Amino acid sequence: MKTERTFLGVPIVKPKVGFFDLSSCEGCQLQMLNNEASLLDFLSLVEIVNFREGMKEKSDDYDIAFVEGSVTRADEEERLKIIRRNAGVVVALGSCACFGGVNQLKNRFNDLEWVKRQVYGDFPIETQEAKPISAFVKVDLEIYGCPIKKEEVEKIVTKLVLGQEITHPNYPVCMECKANENVCLFDLGEPCLGPVTRAGCDSWCPSNRMGCWGCRGPAPAANLKQLEKIAEQKNISKERLLDRLECFGGFGEAAREMRTKVEGGR
Amino acid sequence: MKVNCNIDIKHLTRVEGHGSIQIRIEDGKVRKANWEVVETPRFFEAMLVGKHYENAPYICGRICGICSIGHTLASIRAIENGFEFTPSEQTGKLRILLKHMETLQSHILHLYFLAAPDFLGVGSVLPLVDTHPEVVQAALRLKLLANDMCDEVGGRRLHPTRTVVGGFTMLPDKYQLKNFQQRLKDSLADLTASADLFATFVIPVFQRETEFVSLKGEGDYPFIGGRLVSTDGVIKEEHEYRAMSNEYMADWSTSKLSRLSRKSLAVGALARLNNNFNGLGPPAREISEKLGLTPVNHNPFMNNVAQLVECVQVVMQSIEIIDTLLDTPWQEPKQRLEVKEGIGVGAVEVPRGILYHCLEFDKEGRIKKADCVIPTSQNHANIHHDIEDLAEWCVEQGKNDKEIELIAEMLVRAYDPCISCSVH
Ligand code: SF4
Ligand code: SF4
Repeated sequence: MKTERTFLGVPIVKPKVGFFDLSSCEGCQLQMLNNEASLLDFLSLVEIVNFREGMKEKSDDYDIAFVEGSVTRADEEERLKIIRRNAGVVVALGSCACFGGVNQLKNRFNDLEWVKRQVYGDFPIETQEAKPISAFVKVDLEIYGCPIKKEEVEKIVTKLVLGQEITHPNYPVCMECKANENVCLFDLGEPCLGPVTRAGCDSWCPSNRMGCWGCRGPAPAANLKQLEKIAEQKNISKERLLDRLECFGGFGEAAREMRTKVEGGR
Repeated sequence: MKVNCNIDIKHLTRVEGHGSIQIRIEDGKVRKANWEVVETPRFFEAMLVGKHYENAPYICGRICGICSIGHTLASIRAIENGFEFTPSEQTGKLRILLKHMETLQSHILHLYFLAAPDFLGVGSVLPLVDTHPEVVQAALRLKLLANDMCDEVGGRRLHPTRTVVGGFTMLPDKYQLKNFQQRLKDSLADLTASADLFATFVIPVFQRETEFVSLKGEGDYPFIGGRLVSTDGVIKEEHEYRAMSNEYMADWSTSKLSRLSRKSLAVGALARLNNNFNGLGPPAREISEKLGLTPVNHNPFMNNVAQLVECVQVVMQSIEIIDTLLDTPWQEPKQRLEVKEGIGVGAVEVPRGILYHCLEFDKEGRIKKADCVIPTSQNHANIHHDIEDLAEWCVEQGKNDKEIELIAEMLVRAYDPCISCSVH
């Protein structure tokens, strides 16, 4: 690490960072570039040494690795392990990396051969179940969201650089939504996972009158039974709730159990 | 001196997704010239099966981080066409406005962050922050404007939150629209400066006869829905998209490939411009002519210029759209629609070319089958054949291996490929 700047008179180190993408839409990386107003400030905090989507130079000497995407093929597993060996800190960037993201929706069929045929017919193609990166390597920090929220990432990276402790909110999106004085989506007859999803996005979707889809995964004290009850009272089908619970993989086992119930009842 | 080179670029940089280039030339003979797509497939078409229709725009938006708005709108259009529903005029206007801002955002990102560094002899945009601060600032201003407008109209610049089947969940603020209109007008100065900058770039004089496919304008420059056209004279209806894209597989690519009247075809800004040049407004047309771009142009490197011309076109059009939106009182943001059994197709011009989504529903509106044909997959075969011809061209020009490597990379980047999208 290079010492270049000081903060309150204390020298701060400018860590070398790399961005890496596995199976993903690359949207989370793009969010880093989507910081037009603060991009240049942000760039002065770190030294980017590897960012395939943005630059030609690459180096294997980095302190922090941001990994986007989930693992869906053997070569990605290998790449991920090499990244882990090179980096001091591995950060899972976005819901694909944290939980499998939308990619894990194919896992629900429990039949990869069917999945392959559905898209490629008999043409041979390699794939495995979509998994979060924590299934293969130790992950030091998870940044949730599909997509990640740029303001949140900048805050987290600044703390990382300054060596401060990083904590995620343990309350649900609902709290942020109330603070933003939004109309509750349930009152508009729409499903919303706000009551059970981890906050931190500032109720991004409900503030735009779209119910939460749970992209940040469960809040620590998520009460799914309670959510099911609210939905029932508001006449929202289990299937619509399930669509959201299983969309990004954050609700794992709970979503799988619900699928068995919904399919059994159909 | 005979040209010799052995180029093997694994995971090309400054493009979206994973692709590789191999060129081997021995004693002036091209032994190998390949474009290879190694991206991992994610199987979106399978994921959708059994899901209720309202999932499709939300999930399909995640096919691509750069053109998530385009994918969302293509799914919505497929569903609405399938249910034989026509959106309100207001919804149509807001959607095209949103689409235009995605086009602007994506083109600027590509032109400045991905393409320009090659022309200015650097490896990324980062050194330009010091050497060309005004260029970087202009790019950031334009991108910020486009992204801010996507937030205002679509709820979020990436994976929009307000765009739903039937319309929007929420409408933009008129006062904000007025402000944006002013910023759009101001942005024309940055775009003119961009045109001046691009006029100084040395664009390789490489050509290969190509069939260009896009939406067909009816006196306009179209982005959402309508008939399909090719420069070889093929015309099809939107629902006949399969006859236009003819997807097939090959062992060098995990993405599907396309062809029409020739062994490959091209889509994108250059294709749109080649087919619909007369639909451009006067300012865009003027810049196009000034930069030496008139139809039919067969130089793939000119796709960069076509993107710049389109930036001007979408900005001018957006200014007009905002005028009509400000002049009319807001209607309901969203209409109800009736679920029907059937098939719907949505064709949308996204930044990298024409995109088709096709969805088949049962009578409850659950998806039975899904098909998404991505611009970059339609371009892959064309990129591959361009690389073959480019290698021969480099031999004729007596280029050295460093030059060949750079020019091959520049060629692929000119297509602005979105490889993870193409494999989806
Ligand atoms: S988490 Fe969402 S935005 Fe991020 S890479 Fe995955 S699909 Fe894209
Ligand atoms: S509201 Fe829900 S779905 Fe939307 S960003 Fe926040 S956690 Fe994700």
